[in-house]
Amino acid sequence: MAAKTAKKSIPKKPFRFTVDDLNGYLFIGVAIIVFAFFTIYPVVSAVTTSFENYKPFGSEWVGFKNYLDTFKKDLFWKSLKNTAIYTVVTVPCSLFIAFVVAVMIMPFKKKTQSLFKSMYYIPAVASGVAMSVVWLWIYDSSPSGLFNQVLTLFHIPTQNWLASSKTAMLSLIIMALLSGHGSSIIIYIAALLGIDNTYFEAAEIDGATFMQKVRYIVFPLCKPTTLFLLITGIINSFQVFMNAYMMTGGGPDNNTTMIGLLIFNNAFKNGKYGLACAQAILLAVVIAGLTAIQFKVAGDDVEY
Amino acid sequence: MASGLYSQHLDRPYVYKIRNLLIGLVLLFCAIVVLFPLVYMLAWSFGPNLETASSSYHIFPTTWTLDSYKAFFDFSDYSWKWLFNSFVVALATVVSNVVFASMAGYAFSKINFKGRNFLFFMILVAMMIPYQVTQVPLYILFVNKFKMTNSYLALILPGCVTSYNIFLSKQFFSSIPTALIESAKVEGASQIRIFNSIILPLSKTVLAVMAINTFVGTWNTFFWPFLVTSQEAMYTIQVGLKTFKFANGTLLSPMMAGACVSAIPMFILFFALQKYFLEGVTIGAVKG
Repeated sequence: MAAKTAKKSIPKKPFRFTVDDLNGYLFIGVAIIVFAFFTIYPVVSAVTTSFENYKPFGSEWVGFKNYLDTFKKDLFWKSLKNTAIYTVVTVPCSLFIAFVVAVMIMPFKKKTQSLFKSMYYIPAVASGVAMSVVWLWIYDSSPSGLFNQVLTLFHIPTQNWLASSKTAMLSLIIMALLSGHGSSIIIYIAALLGIDNTYFEAAEIDGATFMQKVRYIVFPLCKPTTLFLLITGIINSFQVFMNAYMMTGGGPDNNTTMIGLLIFNNAFKNGKYGLACAQAILLAVVIAGLTAIQFKVAGDDVEY
Repeated sequence: MASGLYSQHLDRPYVYKIRNLLIGLVLLFCAIVVLFPLVYMLAWSFGPNLETASSSYHIFPTTWTLDSYKAFFDFSDYSWKWLFNSFVVALATVVSNVVFASMAGYAFSKINFKGRNFLFFMILVAMMIPYQVTQVPLYILFVNKFKMTNSYLALILPGCVTSYNIFLSKQFFSSIPTALIESAKVEGASQIRIFNSIILPLSKTVLAVMAINTFVGTWNTFFWPFLVTSQEAMYTIQVGLKTFKFANGTLLSPMMAGACVSAIPMFILFFALQKYFLEGVTIGAVKG
Protein backbone atom coordinates (compact mmCIF):
# COMPACT_ATOMS: atom_id res chain seq x y z
CA MET A 1 0.00 0.00 0.00
CA ALA A 2 2.67 2.42 1.06
CA ALA A 3 4.78 1.48 -1.94
CA LYS A 4 1.85 2.15 -4.22
CA THR A 5 1.35 5.68 -2.94
CA ALA A 6 5.05 6.32 -3.13
CA LYS A 7 5.11 5.24 -6.75
CA LYS A 8 2.17 7.43 -7.60
CA SER A 9 3.61 10.45 -5.87
CA ILE A 10 6.84 10.46 -7.87
CA PRO A 11 5.60 12.41 -10.87
CA LYS A 12 3.78 14.85 -8.60
CA LYS A 13 6.73 15.65 -6.36
CA PRO A 14 9.90 15.17 -8.41
CA PHE A 15 12.11 16.98 -5.90
CA ARG A 16 11.24 14.79 -2.95
CA PHE A 17 14.28 14.39 -0.73
CA THR A 18 14.79 10.67 -0.14
CA VAL A 19 16.86 8.77 2.37
CA ASP A 20 19.15 7.83 -0.48
CA ASP A 21 19.66 11.49 -1.29
CA LEU A 22 20.56 12.25 2.30
CA ASN A 23 22.98 9.33 2.50
CA GLY A 24 24.45 10.13 -0.87
CA TYR A 25 25.19 13.74 0.01
CA LEU A 26 26.60 12.74 3.40
CA PHE A 27 28.95 10.28 1.75
CA ILE A 28 30.16 12.61 -0.98
CA GLY A 29 30.04 15.73 1.22
CA VAL A 30 33.70 16.21 2.05
CA ALA A 31 34.84 15.08 -1.38
CA ILE A 32 32.52 17.50 -3.16
CA ILE A 33 33.51 20.44 -0.96
CA VAL A 34 37.18 19.75 -1.66
CA PHE A 35 36.37 19.28 -5.33
CA ALA A 36 34.46 22.56 -5.49
CA PHE A 37 37.17 24.56 -3.73
CA PHE A 38 40.30 23.08 -5.22
CA THR A 39 39.18 22.01 -8.69
CA ILE A 40 35.99 23.75 -9.84
CA TYR A 41 36.86 27.14 -8.41
CA PRO A 42 40.43 27.16 -9.79
CA VAL A 43 39.24 26.13 -13.26
CA VAL A 44 36.60 28.86 -13.34
CA SER A 45 39.08 31.32 -11.90
CA ALA A 46 41.67 30.33 -14.51
CA VAL A 47 39.19 31.13 -17.27
CA THR A 48 38.32 34.55 -15.83
CA THR A 49 41.95 35.35 -14.99
CA SER A 50 42.92 34.58 -18.56
CA PHE A 51 40.87 37.60 -19.64
CA GLU A 52 42.43 39.86 -17.03
CA ASN A 53 45.60 41.69 -16.28
CA TYR A 54 45.95 40.21 -12.81
CA LYS A 55 46.72 42.48 -9.91
CA PRO A 56 46.32 41.46 -6.26
CA PHE A 57 43.86 44.30 -5.66
CA GLY A 58 41.53 44.81 -8.58
CA SER A 59 42.48 43.13 -11.80
CA GLU A 60 41.49 44.84 -15.00
CA TRP A 61 39.53 43.17 -17.75
CA VAL A 62 41.55 43.05 -20.95
CA GLY A 63 39.42 40.79 -23.11
CA PHE A 64 41.35 38.49 -25.42
CA LYS A 65 44.61 40.39 -25.04
CA ASN A 66 46.40 37.56 -23.20
CA TYR A 67 45.42 35.11 -25.91
CA LEU A 68 46.42 37.46 -28.72
CA ASP A 69 49.72 38.19 -27.00
CA THR A 70 50.34 34.47 -26.72
CA PHE A 71 49.73 33.89 -30.41
CA LYS A 72 52.04 36.75 -31.32
CA LYS A 73 54.93 35.40 -29.28
CA ASP A 74 57.47 33.25 -31.07
CA LEU A 75 58.38 31.63 -27.79
CA PHE A 76 54.89 30.17 -27.42
CA TRP A 77 55.04 28.56 -30.85
CA LYS A 78 58.58 27.40 -30.22
CA SER A 79 57.66 25.76 -26.94
CA LEU A 80 54.60 24.20 -28.56
CA LYS A 81 56.88 22.83 -31.26
CA ASN A 82 59.35 21.56 -28.66
CA THR A 83 56.59 19.86 -26.73
CA ALA A 84 55.25 18.33 -29.94
CA ILE A 85 58.68 17.01 -30.99
CA TYR A 86 59.29 15.59 -27.54
CA THR A 87 55.88 13.92 -27.54
CA VAL A 88 56.00 12.60 -31.09
CA VAL A 89 59.33 10.89 -30.43
CA THR A 90 59.01 9.69 -26.84
CA VAL A 91 55.41 8.48 -26.65
CA PRO A 92 55.36 6.07 -29.64
CA CYS A 93 58.90 4.86 -28.92
CA SER A 94 58.05 4.23 -25.28
CA LEU A 95 54.95 2.33 -26.29
CA PHE A 96 56.93 0.22 -28.72
CA ILE A 97 59.60 -0.57 -26.13
CA ALA A 98 56.98 -1.41 -23.52
CA PHE A 99 55.12 -3.66 -25.98
CA VAL A 100 58.24 -5.54 -27.04
CA VAL A 101 59.42 -6.02 -23.46
CA ALA A 102 55.96 -7.18 -22.37
CA VAL A 103 55.81 -9.73 -25.21
CA MET A 104 59.30 -10.92 -24.28
CA ILE A 105 58.33 -11.39 -20.64
CA MET A 106 55.42 -13.64 -21.60
CA PRO A 107 57.15 -17.04 -22.02
CA PHE A 108 58.36 -17.13 -18.42
CA LYS A 109 56.82 -18.54 -15.27
CA LYS A 110 54.76 -16.29 -12.99
CA LYS A 111 57.63 -15.76 -10.57
CA THR A 112 60.11 -14.72 -13.24
CA GLN A 113 57.48 -12.45 -14.76
CA SER A 114 57.00 -10.70 -11.41
CA LEU A 115 60.74 -10.31 -11.01
CA PHE A 116 61.08 -8.61 -14.40
CA LYS A 117 58.00 -6.47 -13.75
CA SER A 118 59.55 -5.26 -10.50
CA MET A 119 62.92 -4.54 -12.09
CA TYR A 120 61.37 -2.43 -14.80
CA TYR A 121 59.02 -0.70 -12.40
CA ILE A 122 61.52 0.45 -9.73
CA PRO A 123 62.66 3.65 -11.53
CA ALA A 124 59.06 4.88 -11.49
CA VAL A 125 59.14 4.97 -7.69
CA ALA A 126 61.97 7.50 -7.47
CA SER A 127 60.99 11.16 -7.60
CA GLY A 128 61.46 13.28 -10.69
CA VAL A 129 63.79 15.61 -8.80
CA ALA A 130 66.04 12.74 -7.72
CA MET A 131 66.16 11.24 -11.21
CA SER A 132 66.92 14.63 -12.76
CA VAL A 133 69.81 15.09 -10.35
CA VAL A 134 71.23 11.71 -11.38
CA TRP A 135 70.78 12.27 -15.11
CA LEU A 136 72.41 15.67 -14.82
CA TRP A 137 75.60 13.84 -13.90
CA ILE A 138 75.19 11.14 -16.49
CA TYR A 139 75.13 13.96 -19.07
CA ASP A 140 78.12 15.72 -17.50
CA SER A 141 79.89 17.60 -20.28
CA SER A 142 83.43 16.65 -19.22
CA PRO A 143 85.09 13.64 -20.89
CA SER A 144 84.46 11.62 -17.74
CA GLY A 145 80.70 12.13 -17.87
CA LEU A 146 79.10 8.76 -18.23
CA PHE A 147 77.61 9.27 -21.69
CA ASN A 148 80.80 10.88 -22.91
CA GLN A 149 82.74 7.87 -21.69
CA VAL A 150 80.46 5.67 -23.77
CA LEU A 151 81.04 7.91 -26.79
CA THR A 152 84.81 7.76 -26.27
CA LEU A 153 84.51 3.98 -26.26
CA PHE A 154 83.19 4.19 -29.82
CA HIS A 155 85.70 6.93 -30.80
CA ILE A 156 83.02 9.58 -31.16
CA PRO A 157 83.96 13.08 -29.95
CA THR A 158 82.47 14.00 -26.57
CA GLN A 159 79.36 16.16 -26.49
CA ASN A 160 78.21 19.07 -24.43
CA TRP A 161 74.93 17.19 -23.98
CA LEU A 162 72.60 19.56 -22.15
CA ALA A 163 74.20 22.87 -23.09
CA SER A 164 74.41 22.50 -26.84
CA SER A 165 71.37 23.38 -28.91
CA LYS A 166 72.05 20.35 -31.11
CA THR A 167 71.82 17.76 -28.36
CA ALA A 168 69.77 19.29 -25.54
CA MET A 169 66.40 18.06 -26.77
CA LEU A 170 67.90 14.75 -27.81
CA SER A 171 69.26 14.35 -24.27
CA LEU A 172 65.84 14.85 -22.70
CA ILE A 173 64.37 12.36 -25.18
CA ILE A 174 67.03 9.73 -24.46
CA MET A 175 66.44 10.21 -20.76
CA ALA A 176 62.72 9.62 -21.21
CA LEU A 177 63.35 6.52 -23.32
CA LEU A 178 65.84 4.99 -20.91
CA SER A 179 63.83 5.69 -17.79
CA GLY A 180 61.24 3.21 -16.73
CA HIS A 181 58.42 2.08 -18.88
CA GLY A 182 57.38 0.02 -15.88
CA SER A 183 53.71 0.80 -15.73
CA SER A 184 53.16 0.50 -19.50
CA ILE A 185 54.90 -2.88 -19.47
CA ILE A 186 52.74 -4.12 -16.62
CA ILE A 187 49.57 -2.89 -18.31
CA TYR A 188 50.57 -4.60 -21.57
CA ILE A 189 51.32 -7.85 -19.73
CA ALA A 190 47.86 -7.75 -18.17
CA ALA A 191 46.38 -7.30 -21.64
CA LEU A 192 48.51 -10.13 -23.07
CA LEU A 193 47.49 -12.48 -20.29
CA GLY A 194 43.89 -11.70 -21.11
CA ILE A 195 44.15 -13.05 -24.66
CA ASP A 196 42.37 -16.35 -24.96
CA ASN A 197 44.65 -19.26 -25.80
CA THR A 198 42.23 -20.62 -28.41
CA TYR A 199 43.22 -17.80 -30.76
CA PHE A 200 46.80 -19.04 -30.75
CA GLU A 201 45.78 -22.66 -31.08
CA ALA A 202 43.65 -21.84 -34.10
CA ALA A 203 46.50 -19.85 -35.62
CA GLU A 204 48.84 -22.77 -35.05
CA ILE A 205 46.62 -25.14 -36.94
CA ASP A 206 46.82 -22.70 -39.82
CA GLY A 207 50.60 -22.79 -39.45
CA ALA A 208 51.11 -19.22 -38.31
CA THR A 209 54.62 -18.12 -37.37
CA PHE A 210 55.45 -16.21 -34.20
CA MET A 211 55.55 -12.87 -35.99
CA GLN A 212 52.23 -13.58 -37.66
CA LYS A 213 50.67 -14.33 -34.30
CA VAL A 214 51.96 -11.02 -32.96
CA ARG A 215 50.84 -9.17 -36.05
CA TYR A 216 47.37 -10.67 -36.47
CA ILE A 217 46.35 -11.69 -32.95
CA VAL A 218 48.29 -9.84 -30.26
CA PHE A 219 48.43 -6.48 -31.97
CA PRO A 220 44.72 -6.08 -32.74
CA LEU A 221 43.64 -7.49 -29.38
CA CYS A 222 45.92 -5.07 -27.55
CA LYS A 223 44.54 -2.10 -29.45
CA PRO A 224 42.38 -0.78 -26.58
CA THR A 225 45.40 -0.96 -24.27
CA THR A 226 47.58 0.77 -26.83
CA LEU A 227 45.02 3.52 -27.26
CA PHE A 228 44.73 3.95 -23.50
CA LEU A 229 48.52 4.20 -23.11
CA LEU A 230 48.82 6.47 -26.13
CA ILE A 231 46.22 8.90 -24.83
CA THR A 232 47.53 9.00 -21.25
CA GLY A 233 51.07 9.18 -22.60
CA ILE A 234 50.33 12.18 -24.78
CA ILE A 235 48.40 13.91 -22.01
CA ASN A 236 51.31 13.45 -19.62
CA SER A 237 53.91 14.36 -22.19
CA PHE A 238 52.23 17.66 -22.99
CA GLN A 239 52.37 18.57 -19.31
CA VAL A 240 56.02 17.69 -18.90
CA PHE A 241 57.85 20.16 -16.72
CA MET A 242 60.31 18.55 -14.38
CA ASN A 243 63.10 17.48 -16.72
CA ALA A 244 63.27 20.78 -18.59
CA TYR A 245 63.10 22.77 -15.37
CA MET A 246 65.71 20.76 -13.48
CA MET A 247 68.13 19.83 -16.23
CA THR A 248 68.27 22.49 -18.90
CA GLY A 249 66.15 25.32 -17.50
CA GLY A 250 64.62 25.46 -20.97
CA GLY A 251 67.93 26.35 -22.55
CA PRO A 252 70.03 26.59 -24.57
CA ASP A 253 68.31 29.39 -26.46
CA ASN A 254 64.91 28.06 -25.36
CA ASN A 255 65.46 24.89 -27.36
CA THR A 256 64.03 22.76 -24.59
CA THR A 257 61.39 25.15 -23.28
CA MET A 258 58.20 23.12 -23.16
CA ILE A 259 54.72 24.49 -22.64
CA GLY A 260 54.72 23.42 -19.00
CA LEU A 261 57.90 25.35 -18.31
CA LEU A 262 56.72 28.38 -20.29
CA ILE A 263 53.54 28.61 -18.22
CA PHE A 264 55.55 28.20 -15.03
CA ASN A 265 57.97 30.95 -16.03
CA ASN A 266 55.21 33.34 -17.05
CA ALA A 267 53.32 32.82 -13.83
CA PHE A 268 55.93 32.42 -11.15
CA LYS A 269 59.00 34.10 -12.62
CA ASN A 270 57.43 37.02 -14.48
CA GLY A 271 54.25 37.32 -12.40
CA LYS A 272 52.03 37.41 -15.48
CA TYR A 273 49.19 35.34 -14.08
CA GLY A 274 46.71 36.31 -16.78
CA LEU A 275 49.04 35.31 -19.59
CA ALA A 276 49.92 32.05 -17.81
CA CYS A 277 46.25 31.17 -17.36
CA ALA A 278 45.52 31.89 -21.01
CA GLN A 279 48.36 29.59 -22.05
CA ALA A 280 47.28 26.89 -19.61
CA ILE A 281 43.80 26.98 -21.09
CA LEU A 282 45.22 26.76 -24.60
CA LEU A 283 47.21 23.75 -23.41
CA ALA A 284 44.02 22.16 -22.07
CA VAL A 285 42.31 22.80 -25.41
CA VAL A 286 45.20 21.29 -27.35
CA ILE A 287 45.20 18.19 -25.13
CA ALA A 288 41.42 17.82 -25.40
CA GLY A 289 41.63 18.20 -29.17
CA LEU A 290 44.37 15.59 -29.50
CA THR A 291 42.44 13.16 -27.30
CA ALA A 292 39.31 13.62 -29.38
CA ILE A 293 41.23 13.05 -32.62
CA GLN A 294 42.74 9.85 -31.26
CA PHE A 295 39.33 8.50 -30.33
CA LYS A 296 38.04 9.36 -33.80
CA VAL A 297 40.99 7.80 -35.61
CA ALA A 298 40.97 4.70 -33.43
CA GLY A 299 37.44 4.01 -34.55
CA ASP A 300 34.37 2.79 -32.78
CA ASP A 301 35.65 -0.63 -31.80
CA VAL A 302 37.47 0.76 -28.79
CA GLU A 303 35.28 1.29 -25.82
CA TYR A 304 35.91 2.74 -22.36
CA MET B 1 52.86 -21.59 -18.31
CA ALA B 2 53.91 -20.58 -21.72
CA SER B 3 51.00 -18.93 -23.42
CA GLY B 4 50.03 -20.03 -26.90
CA LEU B 5 52.08 -17.19 -28.27
CA TYR B 6 55.27 -19.09 -27.47
CA SER B 7 54.26 -22.62 -28.39
CA GLN B 8 56.68 -22.99 -31.32
CA HIS B 9 59.33 -25.26 -29.89
CA LEU B 10 57.34 -27.12 -27.25
CA ASP B 11 58.13 -30.41 -28.92
CA ARG B 12 61.86 -29.72 -28.70
CA PRO B 13 62.56 -28.96 -25.03
CA TYR B 14 66.21 -28.24 -25.72
CA VAL B 15 65.54 -25.55 -28.32
CA TYR B 16 62.70 -24.26 -26.17
CA LYS B 17 64.96 -23.79 -23.15
CA ILE B 18 67.72 -22.11 -25.16
CA ARG B 19 65.23 -19.72 -26.72
CA ASN B 20 63.83 -18.73 -23.33
CA LEU B 21 67.34 -18.30 -21.97
CA LEU B 22 68.22 -15.93 -24.82
CA ILE B 23 65.04 -13.91 -24.31
CA GLY B 24 65.83 -13.77 -20.59
CA LEU B 25 69.33 -12.48 -21.25
CA VAL B 26 68.06 -9.69 -23.51
CA LEU B 27 65.49 -8.73 -20.88
CA LEU B 28 68.14 -8.75 -18.19
CA PHE B 29 70.39 -6.53 -20.27
CA CYS B 30 67.57 -4.01 -20.82
CA ALA B 31 66.74 -4.10 -17.12
CA ILE B 32 70.35 -3.32 -16.26
CA VAL B 33 70.27 -0.33 -18.62
CA VAL B 34 67.06 0.93 -17.02
CA LEU B 35 68.33 0.35 -13.50
CA PHE B 36 71.77 1.76 -14.12
CA PRO B 37 70.97 5.37 -13.13
CA LEU B 38 69.69 4.09 -9.79
CA VAL B 39 72.79 1.96 -9.22
CA TYR B 40 74.96 4.91 -10.20
CA MET B 41 73.08 7.10 -7.72
CA LEU B 42 73.41 4.58 -4.90
CA ALA B 43 77.08 3.89 -5.55
CA TRP B 44 78.15 7.51 -5.84
CA SER B 45 76.19 8.55 -2.75
CA PHE B 46 78.96 6.76 -0.85
CA GLY B 47 81.68 8.66 -2.68
CA PRO B 48 83.86 11.36 -1.12
CA ASN B 49 82.50 14.81 -0.30
CA LEU B 50 84.90 16.52 -2.67
CA GLU B 51 84.77 18.62 -5.75
CA THR B 52 85.89 15.76 -7.97
CA ALA B 53 88.38 16.99 -10.50
CA SER B 54 86.12 16.34 -13.40
CA SER B 55 88.60 14.17 -15.28
CA SER B 56 89.12 11.81 -12.42
CA TYR B 57 85.88 10.11 -11.66
CA HIS B 58 85.12 6.61 -12.70
CA ILE B 59 81.90 4.73 -13.12
CA PHE B 60 81.97 3.84 -9.46
CA PRO B 61 83.74 5.62 -6.58
CA THR B 62 87.11 4.27 -5.52
CA THR B 63 86.73 5.03 -1.82
CA TRP B 64 83.47 4.49 0.00
CA THR B 65 82.41 6.75 2.89
CA LEU B 66 79.30 8.26 4.46
CA ASP B 67 80.73 11.81 4.21
CA SER B 68 78.38 12.82 1.45
CA TYR B 69 75.29 11.91 3.46
CA LYS B 70 76.74 13.99 6.28
CA ALA B 71 77.27 16.85 3.83
CA PHE B 72 73.67 16.66 2.72
CA PHE B 73 72.28 16.69 6.24
CA ASP B 74 74.69 19.45 7.30
CA PHE B 75 73.67 21.63 4.38
CA SER B 76 70.60 22.92 6.15
CA ASP B 77 69.47 22.91 9.79
CA TYR B 78 66.23 21.52 8.51
CA SER B 79 67.35 18.54 6.40
CA TRP B 80 65.74 16.05 8.77
CA LYS B 81 62.69 18.27 9.04
CA TRP B 82 62.26 18.03 5.25
CA LEU B 83 61.91 14.27 5.55
CA PHE B 84 59.56 14.73 8.47
CA ASN B 85 57.46 17.28 6.51
CA SER B 86 57.21 14.99 3.51
CA PHE B 87 56.16 12.14 5.75
CA VAL B 88 53.50 14.17 7.58
CA VAL B 89 52.06 15.61 4.38
CA ALA B 90 52.03 12.24 2.61
CA LEU B 91 50.46 10.46 5.56
CA ALA B 92 47.73 13.06 6.06
CA THR B 93 46.97 13.04 2.34
CA VAL B 94 46.72 9.24 2.37
CA VAL B 95 44.36 9.14 5.35
CA SER B 96 41.98 11.75 4.01
CA ASN B 97 41.99 10.19 0.54
CA VAL B 98 41.34 6.69 1.81
CA VAL B 99 38.47 7.88 4.02
CA PHE B 100 36.77 10.52 1.90
CA ALA B 101 37.53 9.34 -1.63
CA SER B 102 36.33 5.83 -0.81
CA MET B 103 33.14 7.19 0.79
CA ALA B 104 32.47 9.27 -2.30
CA GLY B 105 33.29 6.33 -4.53
CA TYR B 106 30.81 4.18 -2.63
CA ALA B 107 28.06 6.79 -2.94
CA PHE B 108 28.72 7.19 -6.67
CA SER B 109 28.53 3.45 -7.26
CA LYS B 110 25.86 2.23 -4.83
CA ILE B 111 23.66 5.05 -3.53
CA ASN B 112 21.05 6.39 -5.88
CA PHE B 113 20.97 10.09 -5.05
CA LYS B 114 19.92 13.01 -7.21
CA GLY B 115 22.61 14.58 -9.32
CA ARG B 116 24.83 11.54 -9.04
CA ASN B 117 25.55 11.11 -12.72
CA PHE B 118 26.12 14.79 -13.27
CA LEU B 119 28.56 15.11 -10.37
CA PHE B 120 30.46 12.00 -11.39
CA PHE B 121 30.69 13.30 -14.93
CA MET B 122 32.20 16.51 -13.57
CA ILE B 123 34.81 14.49 -11.71
CA LEU B 124 35.67 12.54 -14.87
CA VAL B 125 36.08 15.77 -16.83
CA ALA B 126 38.25 17.21 -14.05
CA MET B 127 40.68 14.31 -14.42
CA MET B 128 41.42 15.41 -17.98
CA ILE B 129 42.30 19.01 -17.11
CA PRO B 130 46.06 19.59 -17.04
CA TYR B 131 47.37 20.69 -13.68
CA GLN B 132 48.79 23.89 -15.14
CA VAL B 133 45.25 25.25 -15.41
CA THR B 134 44.55 25.01 -11.71
CA GLN B 135 48.00 25.83 -10.35
CA VAL B 136 47.91 29.62 -10.79
CA PRO B 137 44.44 30.14 -9.26
CA LEU B 138 45.29 27.70 -6.46
CA TYR B 139 48.48 29.61 -5.81
CA ILE B 140 46.58 32.91 -5.68
CA LEU B 141 43.97 31.32 -3.43
CA PHE B 142 46.42 29.88 -0.92
CA VAL B 143 49.11 32.53 -0.96
CA ASN B 144 47.22 35.77 -1.50
CA LYS B 145 43.77 35.02 -0.11
CA PHE B 146 44.21 32.39 2.62
CA LYS B 147 47.71 33.65 3.54
CA MET B 148 48.63 30.04 4.14
CA THR B 149 52.19 30.03 2.81
CA ASN B 150 54.47 27.70 4.77
CA SER B 151 51.72 25.74 6.46
CA TYR B 152 50.91 22.06 6.47
CA LEU B 153 47.34 22.89 5.50
CA ALA B 154 48.51 24.51 2.27
CA LEU B 155 50.59 21.43 1.48
CA ILE B 156 47.83 18.96 2.27
CA LEU B 157 44.48 20.51 1.31
CA PRO B 158 44.65 20.65 -2.52
CA GLY B 159 45.41 16.92 -2.71
CA CYS B 160 43.30 15.70 0.17
CA VAL B 161 40.60 14.09 -2.00
CA THR B 162 41.68 13.55 -5.59
CA SER B 163 39.33 12.95 -8.50
CA TYR B 164 41.43 9.99 -9.53
CA ASN B 165 40.97 8.24 -6.19
CA ILE B 166 37.22 8.82 -6.27
CA PHE B 167 37.16 7.33 -9.76
CA LEU B 168 39.35 4.39 -8.73
CA SER B 169 37.21 3.44 -5.74
CA LYS B 170 33.97 3.94 -7.68
CA GLN B 171 35.19 1.54 -10.35
CA PHE B 172 36.03 -1.04 -7.74
CA PHE B 173 32.85 -0.71 -5.69
CA SER B 174 30.76 -1.07 -8.83
CA SER B 175 32.03 -4.65 -9.08
CA ILE B 176 30.59 -5.55 -5.66
CA PRO B 177 27.15 -7.14 -6.11
CA THR B 178 24.34 -4.76 -5.21
CA ALA B 179 22.32 -7.70 -3.83
CA LEU B 180 24.76 -7.84 -0.93
CA ILE B 181 23.92 -4.27 0.00
CA GLU B 182 20.19 -4.75 -0.58
CA SER B 183 20.06 -7.71 1.77
CA ALA B 184 21.88 -5.76 4.46
CA LYS B 185 19.37 -2.94 4.00
CA VAL B 186 16.52 -5.38 4.46
CA GLU B 187 18.13 -6.45 7.73
CA GLY B 188 17.96 -2.79 8.75
CA ALA B 189 21.60 -1.80 8.46
CA SER B 190 22.32 1.88 7.87
CA GLN B 191 24.50 2.97 4.94
CA ILE B 192 27.37 3.81 7.29
CA ARG B 193 27.13 0.36 8.82
CA ILE B 194 27.01 -1.29 5.38
CA PHE B 195 30.03 0.71 4.28
CA ASN B 196 32.00 -0.13 7.40
CA SER B 197 31.20 -3.77 7.87
CA ILE B 198 30.53 -5.04 4.35
CA ILE B 199 32.20 -2.80 1.78
CA LEU B 200 35.46 -1.89 3.47
CA PRO B 201 36.46 -5.46 4.43
CA LEU B 202 35.90 -6.48 0.81
CA SER B 203 38.02 -3.63 -0.51
CA LYS B 204 41.28 -3.99 1.37
CA THR B 205 43.34 -4.43 -1.78
CA VAL B 206 41.98 -1.43 -3.63
CA LEU B 207 42.30 0.72 -0.51
CA ALA B 208 45.89 -0.43 -0.03
CA VAL B 209 46.65 0.36 -3.65
CA MET B 210 45.06 3.78 -3.27
CA ALA B 211 47.01 4.45 -0.08
CA ILE B 212 50.33 3.41 -1.61
CA ASN B 213 49.86 5.33 -4.86
CA THR B 214 48.79 8.42 -2.98
CA PHE B 215 51.69 8.15 -0.56
CA VAL B 216 54.30 7.79 -3.28
CA GLY B 217 52.67 10.48 -5.41
CA THR B 218 52.57 12.96 -2.54
CA TRP B 219 56.10 12.14 -1.41
CA ASN B 220 57.45 12.67 -4.91
CA THR B 221 55.47 15.78 -5.79
CA PHE B 222 57.58 18.85 -6.30
CA PHE B 223 55.56 21.54 -8.02
CA TRP B 224 52.97 22.43 -5.39
CA PRO B 225 55.21 22.29 -2.29
CA PHE B 226 57.72 24.39 -4.19
CA LEU B 227 55.06 27.06 -4.79
CA VAL B 228 53.66 27.31 -1.28
CA THR B 229 56.82 27.04 0.83
CA SER B 230 59.34 29.82 1.19
CA GLN B 231 60.94 28.96 4.55
CA GLU B 232 63.42 26.13 4.68
CA ALA B 233 61.71 24.79 7.78
CA MET B 234 58.61 23.97 5.74
CA TYR B 235 60.23 22.48 2.64
CA THR B 236 59.44 18.93 1.69
CA ILE B 237 62.35 16.67 0.83
CA GLN B 238 61.88 17.23 -2.92
CA VAL B 239 61.99 21.00 -2.58
CA GLY B 240 64.95 20.66 -0.24
CA LEU B 241 66.77 18.46 -2.74
CA LYS B 242 66.17 20.98 -5.51
CA THR B 243 67.52 23.78 -3.32
CA PHE B 244 70.54 21.64 -2.46
CA LYS B 245 71.09 20.90 -6.14
CA PHE B 246 71.12 24.55 -7.14
CA ALA B 247 73.50 25.37 -4.27
CA ASN B 248 75.94 22.48 -4.77
CA GLY B 249 75.74 21.73 -8.47
CA THR B 250 79.38 20.76 -8.67
CA LEU B 251 79.52 18.17 -5.90
CA LEU B 252 78.72 14.78 -7.37
CA SER B 253 78.57 12.58 -4.30
CA PRO B 254 76.59 14.86 -1.98
CA MET B 255 74.05 15.35 -4.77
CA MET B 256 73.70 11.61 -5.19
CA ALA B 257 73.38 11.29 -1.43
CA GLY B 258 70.58 13.84 -1.48
CA ALA B 259 68.84 12.02 -4.31
CA CYS B 260 69.18 8.78 -2.34
CA VAL B 261 67.71 10.36 0.79
CA SER B 262 64.65 11.40 -1.20
CA ALA B 263 64.30 8.12 -3.09
CA ILE B 264 65.31 5.39 -0.64
CA PRO B 265 62.18 5.61 1.54
CA MET B 266 60.15 4.88 -1.59
CA PHE B 267 62.41 1.96 -2.54
CA ILE B 268 61.93 0.48 0.91
CA LEU B 269 58.19 0.92 0.58
CA PHE B 270 58.32 -0.69 -2.85
CA PHE B 271 60.21 -3.77 -1.72
CA ALA B 272 57.96 -4.16 1.32
CA LEU B 273 54.70 -3.86 -0.62
CA GLN B 274 55.70 -4.94 -4.13
CA LYS B 275 52.49 -6.87 -4.73
CA TYR B 276 50.31 -3.81 -4.19
CA PHE B 277 52.53 -1.59 -6.30
CA LEU B 278 52.32 -3.91 -9.29
CA GLU B 279 48.63 -4.55 -8.78
CA GLY B 280 48.02 -0.83 -8.48
CA VAL B 281 49.24 -0.17 -12.00
CA THR B 282 46.60 -2.36 -13.61
CA ILE B 283 43.78 -1.61 -11.19
CA GLY B 284 43.49 1.92 -12.46
CA ALA B 285 44.10 1.15 -16.09
CA VAL B 286 42.29 -2.00 -17.10
CA LYS B 287 38.59 -1.76 -16.72
CA GLY B 288 36.66 -4.66 -15.23
